[in-house]
Amino acid sequence: MFGRIREMLIKEFIQVFRDKRSRFVLFGPPIIQMLTFGYAATLDIRHVPTAVLDLDNSQLSRDLISRFTASPYFDVRARLTDRRQIGDLIDRGNVLIALQLNSGFAEDLRKGQTAHMQVIVDSSNSNTALVALGYINQVASRFSIDYQFERFNQISPLLLPQLPQIVLDRRPWFNVNLDSQWFFVPGVIGNLTLVMVVTLTAFAVVREREIGTLEQIMVTPIQRVEFILGKTVPFFLIGLFETVLISLVGVLWFGVPFRGSFAVLALGAVLFIVCMLGVGLFISTISATQQQALVSGFFFAMPAIVFSGFGTPISSMPETLQWLTYLDPLRYFLDVLRGVYLKGVGLDVLWPQMMAMGLLGVTMLSISVFRFQKSLD
Amino acid sequence: MRWHRLAAIVRKEVIQIRRDARSLLIVVVMPVLLMLAFGYGVSFDIKHIPVCVFDREGSQQSQDFLKHFQASEYFNVVEAVNNFPALIHAIDAGSCRLALVIPHDYSLKLRAGGPVSVQALLDASDNNTANVSISYSEAVVQAYSQQLQLEWLNRQGRFVIQPPLSVDVRTWFNEDLESMANIVPGVVAIVMAVIGSFLTSLTIAREWERGTMEQLISTPVTSLEVMIGKLVPYFLIGMLDTVLCAGMGIWWFQVPFRGEWSVFLISSALFLTVVLSLGYVISVVAKSQLAASQAALITTFLPAFLLSGFIYPIDQMPAVLRLITHLIPARFFMTITRDVFLKGTSIPLLVNDLVALAVFALLLTMLATRAFQKHLS
Repeated sequence: MFGRIREMLIKEFIQVFRDKRSRFVLFGPPIIQMLTFGYAATLDIRHVPTAVLDLDNSQLSRDLISRFTASPYFDVRARLTDRRQIGDLIDRGNVLIALQLNSGFAEDLRKGQTAHMQVIVDSSNSNTALVALGYINQVASRFSIDYQFERFNQISPLLLPQLPQIVLDRRPWFNVNLDSQWFFVPGVIGNLTLVMVVTLTAFAVVREREIGTLEQIMVTPIQRVEFILGKTVPFFLIGLFETVLISLVGVLWFGVPFRGSFAVLALGAVLFIVCMLGVGLFISTISATQQQALVSGFFFAMPAIVFSGFGTPISSMPETLQWLTYLDPLRYFLDVLRGVYLKGVGLDVLWPQMMAMGLLGVTMLSISVFRFQKSLD
Repeated sequence: MRWHRLAAIVRKEVIQIRRDARSLLIVVVMPVLLMLAFGYGVSFDIKHIPVCVFDREGSQQSQDFLKHFQASEYFNVVEAVNNFPALIHAIDAGSCRLALVIPHDYSLKLRAGGPVSVQALLDASDNNTANVSISYSEAVVQAYSQQLQLEWLNRQGRFVIQPPLSVDVRTWFNEDLESMANIVPGVVAIVMAVIGSFLTSLTIAREWERGTMEQLISTPVTSLEVMIGKLVPYFLIGMLDTVLCAGMGIWWFQVPFRGEWSVFLISSALFLTVVLSLGYVISVVAKSQLAASQAALITTFLPAFLLSGFIYPIDQMPAVLRLITHLIPARFFMTITRDVFLKGTSIPLLVNDLVALAVFALLLTMLATRAFQKHLS
């Protein structure tokens, strides 16, 4: 039996590494994707193009505006003189934000009334708009506090120290500089592992079926179990190797810290790859052509990635969908990847994720193997 | 070019597509699935951030402070702990993204006046959520702090100060700041990229792999006829899907469509020509379906997803990458669809993008006509 499995493995490896193109398929796409993702994927918002319309032109209004000019989050590109200019600039997409201070701004403040700053935001990109609005509010409330203190200081300096005030002492853990590469790079490792293992496994079987060599194999004395092992073990090994490869790119090229233990990550990767082998085999049982396999793989991969919390947090998705994410193996693998890379946590924290992946893996693989055996009849 | 030969090739492709029922299903299901996955799965409007609180004082004042977090729709207090290890575990395990620690002398300090600091520990492994959490928690804390100050001043029998500055926001184009309005028009581009890359990229490679290419070459059909004949059915599928996506965006997701249908359809046709030609070139060059699918993934789908501004804003990318995005046709199409949907932009403002798309379409069709030469190597 082992002799036959060995022959089968040798055949698969020859097929995978046969020519330049197939070797490229193994290493080129993952690395290109890793690099593009690493550099392109950022939801940070800096240098938002901004226009300013200061109709008050007082010391106070200039003070407020200068806080925006000084901020790295805003890039004041235009100083306007007429409010009609705002619409045009935003329509053309030259600026995303326009700040408007009407005349009487300083007067209102001095009289102790609420002064108003009008903000017009192009919110067609809701993320940019939301983050920028957050920054605007922070600048504005800083200004309010400073102004209030100064005014209070003028009126009754003795009472000032007694004024109650709560300040937020914020401490971002695991990623002090809020670097988005640190967030995305471990996630990309999960995505790439998913895509590679699923496509390779599904294609390996379907190609034989499409070209007609599957019959040739089935007339040899090979057993079904041996065939299945021969079709999964190579991709298990290749998948594991790829995971290590792209993990190295993450650490060495992007400088993402690796704070946890390699063994924990390896365990997570093994369990995850088992799940993906199950998916790949399953797809191969429902596809007659490679085109079908490719599209089915895509059907699985896209939702699996979107709902894993890869890009946006699961907690902001609709509630029913949040329940569905528990069926997504990538969700758990991302927890493991980010946990090991950034948080440096071990099995004491990650055991539920490991259990979930193990359970999903065994279930998926059993269903697939069962279906696969039937499909060989 | 002879019409009857062209018609024959088209008929052959249509039969081939129609023969497996699943391909047809894919044509309808894929856009719907992508729409649902991205429309619901990608949400930048971060809400219900899970919060863990450690109230070291447990007084009425400290509880009052926490109530303001609970009342905000942005936060969801999921856990109250009474020691640091439990707090750290909650962050490590990812059960909360933000942990608030109220000092044991909170109310005492508050009565004495001066600043009291409340610690906000953030799980910054997801830097974007951390960033947004900071904005929102600052807003909650400052509003509460201001309220306390006003109350205090009132008790002192002092002047009642209005909050000095109010920020009045007007959001244009996407009034409720919904991610859906931003994402859904972009999905149209993604669907087309998928059709271009995944379906067309395999058409020629499949003929080579199955050996039917020799048969095709032995007929009098010209290479131009082969190209057009192979692409026409996919073009029609692509246009059908475009309309399907747009309809779903408008009726299901209630995204406004403010522009001209003609602009939308023309730009869709141009972009579709680009991706189909590119897929065709790939499939001629790659020869094997696996290699073709991987190449298509990297040259069509990945750029459309990553470098077009679909999710990740282009102006936040490194300068080199920003330059590269000018070579990505999807970038121009993405701008057009969003502007047409949300801004209702008219043609004059979109001329640059339309011309860029047209140039790409022209170049790639020329490349495609040259790529495939009828001979056996």
